[in-house]
Amino acid sequence: MTKTLKQLAAYVSLNRNDCVLDWYINRGELTFNVAPANLLGFMRYLAKDSRCKFSTLVDITAVDYPKRGKRFDVVYHLLSMYQNQRVRLRVSIREDDMVSSIVEVHPSANWFEREVFDMFGILFSRHPDLRRILTDYGFRGHPLRKDFPTTGYTEVRYDEAEKRVVYEPVSLVQEYRQFDFMSPWEGAQYVLPGDEKEADK
Amino acid sequence: MMDGSNQLNDAVTGEQKIRNFNINFGPQHPAAHGVLRLVLELDGEIVERCDPHIGLLHRGTEKLMESRTYLQNLPYFDRLDYVAPMNQEHAWCLAIEKLTAVEVPRRASLIRVLFCEIGRVLNHLLNVTTQALDVGALTPPLWGFEEREKLMVFYERACGARLHAAYIRPGGVHQDLPEGLIDDIEIWAQEFPEILADIDGLLTENRIFKQRNVNIAVVTEDDIQKYAFSGVMVRGSGLAWDLRRAQPYECYDEFDFHVPVGKNGDCYDRYLCRMEEMRQSVGIILQVVEKLRVEKGEILARGKLSPPKRGEMKTSMEALIHHFKLYTEGFHVPAGEVYAAVEAPKGEFGVYLVSDGSNKPYRAKIRAPGYPHLQAMDHITKGHQLADVAAIIGTLDVVFGEIDR
Repeated sequence: MTKTLKQLAAYVSLNRNDCVLDWYINRGELTFNVAPANLLGFMRYLAKDSRCKFSTLVDITAVDYPKRGKRFDVVYHLLSMYQNQRVRLRVSIREDDMVSSIVEVHPSANWFEREVFDMFGILFSRHPDLRRILTDYGFRGHPLRKDFPTTGYTEVRYDEAEKRVVYEPVSLVQEYRQFDFMSPWEGAQYVLPGDEKEADK
Repeated sequence: MMDGSNQLNDAVTGEQKIRNFNINFGPQHPAAHGVLRLVLELDGEIVERCDPHIGLLHRGTEKLMESRTYLQNLPYFDRLDYVAPMNQEHAWCLAIEKLTAVEVPRRASLIRVLFCEIGRVLNHLLNVTTQALDVGALTPPLWGFEEREKLMVFYERACGARLHAAYIRPGGVHQDLPEGLIDDIEIWAQEFPEILADIDGLLTENRIFKQRNVNIAVVTEDDIQKYAFSGVMVRGSGLAWDLRRAQPYECYDEFDFHVPVGKNGDCYDRYLCRMEEMRQSVGIILQVVEKLRVEKGEILARGKLSPPKRGEMKTSMEALIHHFKLYTEGFHVPAGEVYAAVEAPKGEFGVYLVSDGSNKPYRAKIRAPGYPHLQAMDHITKGHQLADVAAIIGTLDVVFGEIDR
């Protein structure tokens, strides 16, 4: 399996060396790092080329790394039902970058890209209908960004007096509890109570 | 005048111009299989445009998962596709096992296959019969639900919960099957084909059922590729694509089963595929039962991922510490990324897991099969009658737990 993946990777990166920045095989899965500018062309090539035929777009998602300069990884999973192979593409972008939409190659990308826009606020250029999809009508913010709190900013309830659902800023009776059971000698990020005296010396 | 014609030859007002009619289908509609809102643009009875509004059941599962340990995240998977819960858990466990390179004991592997196939029957029973309900038949769901009830009792006997099982765990399954369960499953599997034949007799040659399903929502090979279909949506159109066969996971490669395919790719063929898949699943269940009788032994890979035995905990301090740390801190998963997919009853259910080496997933993306299927609603329903929309939603096999996540 890994051998055929290696051959495939070598073949693809030789043919499209303008698109593929690098590739690696990890745990039997092939990943291409792709330059954002050439994404659409590369996607079309992978779908059409007879040795690839990655014609099914399995998934599009993103991963947020707030500390990196190129904050987001947009990750595409492709499947070839004809060659029985999978491949993963990764595009790294800055927060204000736009990614070219691949809807014209894979119409199924429409909702996936809408979801990534909804959850991460990544804009896709030339997307036919870039609306929010999973969150509420009139929602603000992008929930899957690491700096978005799990509790959110607003809460809803039915108001008996106004006879309608009202939106209010979220009010927590106590702090949202993030349990951290990491053992203090194996990699906890916080200072144990009492240890701060050590630093003062 | 009432028909929109302008016999008086006066100036046509905006009211009199014929325009398409927009209606809301749902979010509270019995045929919407949950909370789906469709905005339909109708030209008479013909659907011109269909815009599904989803997310009414969005619970932010992926966000919640980022602040919980790997083990705490497992029950979220039951709540995705609540029609066949264990198939989802399976994908999550496969992803973790792939990252941690854990070998599952053979008995656990067999039990997993057993319950995944039970899940498939659970799902198809619900789908086939409620789709029939959508097109006007009341009896099939009543008969189907009786069988589902029996299957959920098997769930309960194995793990204590009828629906939200949390039974398949990283490294194996939670506990061994109780005494006599295998025999009862075998008896059920021998009786079930007869009940399936009854449902088959009600529907397959039923005139109304055929009128409502044959040649409705025809899916071509081109559509499959364009709209990323999987599962029965693919097989109904004649492509024998089944992950259990194409990319075998667990121990599916040692079972003898057929992959049924349709010919025309319409609702009726998909119905036939689902019926045949249930028969094949029953065949697999019987094979697993045979193997489980012989195969005794461990059901959890003992190690970091799984708790120590009760007996050990009473004598060994290390075992007690391990137990405590496992259920508080949880286990750590090596950094890396992995995509694990299973052939869930609805299609390809996948988990993309990014780990940073800590005890919580850095990012977990759930790939639900219903999501791309529902996306194709606009393409499929275009040109169909309004009444067919209900039949099409039924045949797409959508469950909003997994689509909205």
